[in-house]
Amino acid sequence: MTTLDFRNVTKRYRVRGSGDMLALDDVSFSLTSGQTIALVGQSGSGKSTIAKILTQLERATSGEVLLDGEPIPHRGPGLRRYRQRVRMVFQDPFASLNPYHTIRHHLERPLRLDKVVPADQVEDEVRALLTRVRLDPDATIDRRPHELSGGQRQRVAIARALASRPELLIADEPVSMLDVSIRLGVLNLLADLQRESNLGVLYITHDLATARHFSDEIMVLHHGVVVERGPADDVILRAQHEYTRALRGASPDPDKHFADPSGRAVTRS
Amino acid sequence: MRFLLRRLAFYAFTAWAAITINFFLPRMMKGDPITAYLQKHQSEFNPEAIDSLRTLFGLDSDASLLQQYLDYWRLLFSGDLGRSFSKGLAPVTEVIASALPWTLGLVGVATILSFVIGTGVGAFIGWRRGSRADYVVPFATFFSTVPYFWMGLIVIAVFSTGLGWFPASHAYDKGSSPEWSWDFIGQVIAHGTLPALTIVFASLGGWVLGMRNMMITVLDEDYVTVAEAKGLAPQRVMTRYAARNAVLPQLSSFALALGFIVGGTLVMELVFSYPGVGKLLLDATNAKDWPLMQGLFLVITLAVLVANILADVAHAMLDPRTRMMES
Amino acid sequence: MSLSTMPTTSETSEARATEPQRPFALRRLGTSFAMFRNPKSITGLVILGLFALVAILGDLIAPYGPLEKDFSALKQPPSAQHWLGTTHLGEDVFSQIIYGTRGVLVVGLVAGVLATFTAVVIGVAAGYLSGWRSESLSALTNVFLVIPGLPLIIIVASQYDDPSIVLISAVIAVTGWAWGARVLRAQTMSLRNRDFVQAAKANGERLWRIIAVEMLPNLTAIIASSFVGTVTAAVLGLTTLAFIGVIPITNLNWGTILFWAQQNGAFPDFWWWYVPAGLCIAILGTALSLVNFGIDEYVNPRLRSAGERARAMRKKGLSTASGVTAVRLADKDGDDAAGTGRASSAGADGEGAARP
Repeated sequence: MTTLDFRNVTKRYRVRGSGDMLALDDVSFSLTSGQTIALVGQSGSGKSTIAKILTQLERATSGEVLLDGEPIPHRGPGLRRYRQRVRMVFQDPFASLNPYHTIRHHLERPLRLDKVVPADQVEDEVRALLTRVRLDPDATIDRRPHELSGGQRQRVAIARALASRPELLIADEPVSMLDVSIRLGVLNLLADLQRESNLGVLYITHDLATARHFSDEIMVLHHGVVVERGPADDVILRAQHEYTRALRGASPDPDKHFADPSGRAVTRS
Repeated sequence: MRFLLRRLAFYAFTAWAAITINFFLPRMMKGDPITAYLQKHQSEFNPEAIDSLRTLFGLDSDASLLQQYLDYWRLLFSGDLGRSFSKGLAPVTEVIASALPWTLGLVGVATILSFVIGTGVGAFIGWRRGSRADYVVPFATFFSTVPYFWMGLIVIAVFSTGLGWFPASHAYDKGSSPEWSWDFIGQVIAHGTLPALTIVFASLGGWVLGMRNMMITVLDEDYVTVAEAKGLAPQRVMTRYAARNAVLPQLSSFALALGFIVGGTLVMELVFSYPGVGKLLLDATNAKDWPLMQGLFLVITLAVLVANILADVAHAMLDPRTRMMES
Repeated sequence: MSLSTMPTTSETSEARATEPQRPFALRRLGTSFAMFRNPKSITGLVILGLFALVAILGDLIAPYGPLEKDFSALKQPPSAQHWLGTTHLGEDVFSQIIYGTRGVLVVGLVAGVLATFTAVVIGVAAGYLSGWRSESLSALTNVFLVIPGLPLIIIVASQYDDPSIVLISAVIAVTGWAWGARVLRAQTMSLRNRDFVQAAKANGERLWRIIAVEMLPNLTAIIASSFVGTVTAAVLGLTTLAFIGVIPITNLNWGTILFWAQQNGAFPDFWWWYVPAGLCIAILGTALSLVNFGIDEYVNPRLRSAGERARAMRKKGLSTASGVTAVRLADKDGDDAAGTGRASSAGADGEGAARP
């Protein structure tokens, strides 16, 4: 049982010429293995800043991040060990895979880096990973990213995140760059993997509908502040905060397809 | 404002670096030729001139390096760059001052001419890409790689010796001396035509190609498509929308290419026996006139720096964002 | 996003379709050399190859020794015995050109390697680092960009009685690395924030590995182009120095031939003495530029597709152009013929019109 505690984290960016920008204001939550939390908010709300702090690509201005009660080391083997246990899937599969390298390289690196399996089993493990994300190893292993479709690339990115056998997974808008038709497939894959390995997943999204469908708990982030949180259905059906209601109004609702007076639901589907 | 301060800081730093390099240049080499020269010609110098030469070349080894450096700056501020060995011990500043206007006039006019013509032609063939205008490209490529000095030799052979249209060397007729008369100005133009033509020919190709490539890249932008779709006159789209934006990077590369251009034109002055800074530098090199060489290097570097500032100002005036030139 | 800027010509789609069938190692090699796989680069590389062959096999090809004198044939125009005539001492100009090739290529290559190496180290470091380290490296680069190279080389080279090839190459390299460093810094800065670099970082990859394995391969085109650029500058610099007489005549190159020609009154009558050497410099420079154009078009596909598309449109007849052109043509109906012609050709040129 792994628990990640995000405790009273504040993040300020220094913006040249116009003072500070407060990206996160005293945000706290915790994520345990087996659980999926959705972090919902529009662009600029601070979602990605949380992801960057969790992967230690950036540091919090104040507050702390604890893994099983221990603060994350900022450098050295401790940080590497942390990064092996907490992995991230990036938003844009066109950008997160190196165009120069093959799929094999992308999956081998974390295996070798964290010595997940002995060197002579790396090839088998790479194939096993590809199979896990429902890709045909023979058809993909020697390809380069540009030879795959967006959905296939995101599956590779997920396989890369899983390679080090992490306990927690941060998925930063994992389907927002994909065609609508394949989003569900990728989300279902994530859900399956989460159940298989008892992963804790932080699902970052701006889409309330998928958040409700795929997560146990929802946190709504607005201008760096968590304005609402609770069990998924509660947040959606009995939204307290105005911002949540606004978000809900902006997302397609399956129950009132053509009744939406704004007409947005119709255009989005 | 921030941008302006940044650029100012950059220029101040570059000027300082150039002057400091100039300070260390002779110190990294053997100072012996100077010492030998001074010993041989001691009687011809006054003590003051010897002092400044010692400072410039780091011969006063009893002083600390810092002291030498400070003395060097003091000399620069008082405009003392030492005495030229090969020009009858005339002050270096005077020798350079007599040659600088010729180079500034010739290289300045020719370079700006070449830049303007090249950018115009490049904008046009970029606009008409895929048409017959593309045949300009191979010629531009070839001419942009011809060395200046060789181009000068060919131009002399054809236009001076062959056709006899223009004089082949010097800045004005033998026997006349600089004065403000129509006759003399006519001589200067006649003598300057071939060297200027050489610079224009040899550097035109680079501007044509650079502008063409920028044009093609810019023409792919949505705002150009929109302008076309609006039904604006093609000429207006070409000049106001495409060329205006394409010329900004062109100006940046102009600033950066200046050092290179100046190098090429200096040698060309030798071919035409043009009494400018370049010929002076090569004469000084052959005569082992160290003080003159050092002074010339400083002046040339500072001139390039000033030209850079001018290109920057032009850039800032054309670019509404002005933050563009990130250093 | 990036896909929309990719070329859609049949040539590239064919290449892509056949690619997966070839063995892996070959394909990897193919990817590394993809930037040279276009007519311009290939033409340039073939010319460079010929010069390289001449440089290597010089002793076998040259009919005479470079300084072999034949006092019975002074200042002879080209003939069967002397293809490019003779000098004032009866030396064979053709043989001098052949031997001179070696001097030019060696200095160009050594200076190019030294300058490119410096450019990569400083440019990539300045791009990857941040804060004062990046700023100071970039300030250094800018200073070297402003300082005029040739005068500095002249002054330094003139300090030595007999500067060696390596010294000359090194001085040329010192004054020639800055441009490449500047371009590489900009490119590295844009790479640094790409997700795949961030992903490698989040995976715990070491800094040197991120730079060497994840970033450098994506910079190869820029590095190659900066190498070709510095070689061009080095060739021009070397021949210029030789022409001035700063480089000892023991280092025979094309510039040396021009120096001798100038010193011994070859101008303007004895054209065979000075024209070939200059032409060789220009042809070599053109070949290098062609290679660079190919790389430019590989890096910026718009440069290539522009001409191809426009030509294709023209072949099909202008009427196939999209609505943008049609509307404008209708608008311009009343104008004179020349005006309409310009409007239609501009329409065909316009990328917007060509887009589906």
